[in-house]
Amino acid sequence: MLQSRSEKIANYIIIGLLIMFCFTVLYPFLNILAISFNVGTDTQKGGITLWPRAFTTENYYVVLHDSRLLNSFFISVARTVLGTASHIFFTAMFGYAMSKKYLLNRKFYMIFSIFTMYFSGGLIPVFLLFRDLKLIDTFWVMVIPNIISVWDMIIFRTFFSELPVELEESAKLDGCNDYLYYFKIAIPLSTPVIAAVSVFNAIYHWNSWFDAAVFINNEKLLPIQTMLNNIINANTSAQMLMEMNASAQELISKRQQFTSKSLVSAAMMVTTIPIIFVYPFAQKYFTKGIMVGSLKG
Amino acid sequence: MAKKIQPLKLKKDSYIMRFSRQWQLQTMVLPAIIFIFIFMYLPMWGVLIGFKDYNIYKGFAESPWVGLKHFRYFINLPEFPRIMKNTLGISIAKLVFGFPAPIILALMLNEVMNASLRRTIQTISYLPHFISWVIVAGFVFELLSVNNGSVNLLLRWLGIIDENINWMSRKEYFWGILVVVNIWKGVGFNAIIYLAAISGIDPTLYEAAVVEGAGKLKRIIYITLPCISTTIIILLILSVGNILNAGYDDIMLLTNMGKNGILYDVSNTIDIHVYTWGIEKQRFSYATAVGVFKSVLNVVMLYSANAISRKLSDSSLW
Repeated sequence: MLQSRSEKIANYIIIGLLIMFCFTVLYPFLNILAISFNVGTDTQKGGITLWPRAFTTENYYVVLHDSRLLNSFFISVARTVLGTASHIFFTAMFGYAMSKKYLLNRKFYMIFSIFTMYFSGGLIPVFLLFRDLKLIDTFWVMVIPNIISVWDMIIFRTFFSELPVELEESAKLDGCNDYLYYFKIAIPLSTPVIAAVSVFNAIYHWNSWFDAAVFINNEKLLPIQTMLNNIINANTSAQMLMEMNASAQELISKRQQFTSKSLVSAAMMVTTIPIIFVYPFAQKYFTKGIMVGSLKG
Repeated sequence: MAKKIQPLKLKKDSYIMRFSRQWQLQTMVLPAIIFIFIFMYLPMWGVLIGFKDYNIYKGFAESPWVGLKHFRYFINLPEFPRIMKNTLGISIAKLVFGFPAPIILALMLNEVMNASLRRTIQTISYLPHFISWVIVAGFVFELLSVNNGSVNLLLRWLGIIDENINWMSRKEYFWGILVVVNIWKGVGFNAIIYLAAISGIDPTLYEAAVVEGAGKLKRIIYITLPCISTTIIILLILSVGNILNAGYDDIMLLTNMGKNGILYDVSNTIDIHVYTWGIEKQRFSYATAVGVFKSVLNVVMLYSANAISRKLSDSSLW
């Protein structure tokens, strides 16, 4: 395609703007990364942008020895693993059964599910329900309410309904029952969709903070995002450092070079690294996931 | 030879017979239906406590009915106009600036001919969508920090300001900060749906336009935008139906769960009000009523947006 001169210039301007935009997206990550690797007292002098000036890894040393943060990190890992596993187990099975046209009451089940996508009780009735179910202040309040998602059920249903019907017919002729067919044939054939939904659900669980902030008071059960928010909002660095546990305290008193800013930056990086790590997988799947959902949703 | 096996049609089986024959499939559905009933339908029923004076010791059934008392109390609150102004203001600001942003990004990305460059830009652009709000709020606090935050550094370097500004303790900047942060976090991800719509446009339209001598801008205005207008309108209707959800992640995290006194006047929205009165002060009935008030208004807004759109254009949700 032949381009006029003015169009070429316009192209360069567009690319220039987009590259500036990308820089704005990446800058906060790079800035916090630089601060987290810089000596705290040196950061206070200002001017840290993309590169640490007085390099140190001790911010990470302190953060990784703080028992509160470590504990919350493991809570987050546990909720992510258990939450995603239970979500996939129940939601995929639901989606599979719903993909069968001969399922009795199928239409009723569908309306029953879809209705909840548009109407919900709101925060307080949910809180009271969880209290009646004795879920408040337990680990399970982060897992059980998330095992079924109607949206993901529709994604699974769409995928399973595209499996060839002949496959099921011949398996059934050979004496295969529904459970056997589902676990031995349908599941192995659907690894791409299971992987996609898993990655998204894992990111959801890792990033959740509000449910724990509302439903959990016990500090030992807080996931890392909620804990990090509490730390960020601790009024002063003195308060924050005081709340750090004994072994980290020792190190802090030995060297007077830590500030709350540098420690929070290191903690933020520790919290974000798992996401950066799974991002390439997520990014491979999610355009597909959105398309499947919007097609028949 | 290849005779299809036809099931013999005798008498039609009873419902119970057919149901019990597929008990395996039904047991796959059952846990989900029970779950949806308990975790999604019971809270809807629980909304009724908004019309009662709920007392923890008396329980749901014994608490007396009070009709619209809590609704009246909320509407007559001296704070009520402020809360509505904040909710609608933040929400409309997010809509006005946040809605066109992904469309503009998609149009710009579509002009990048180099496929690998385009993919790289896109990959970077949706990274923030996967970062938790807690981290994003942390970014905001550090970048806007009065102690040598990067924004103050940049503005001083450019000579726009002489002294560091304490961004997070000035009321007039708060809504702007919310809008910028939300665009930063969502623009890349929200552009995907528009890019998909653009990629569905028949390329011969563009070829014909080029032959006719239409420039880049004309092609965008007369081909691309009209072709994706249905997508734009549908998404716009849905956003209007969400107008009373000013969002809670960003506001709560940036105001320390609504407890930031300096920003209270500009950050107290319906959602924050529900959280403060329901969860922290445990006024369950009142907070539920406020939540119901919000949902009802949202439904009204969605209906009117849809009706207006059906009048003005042919696109509508139903």
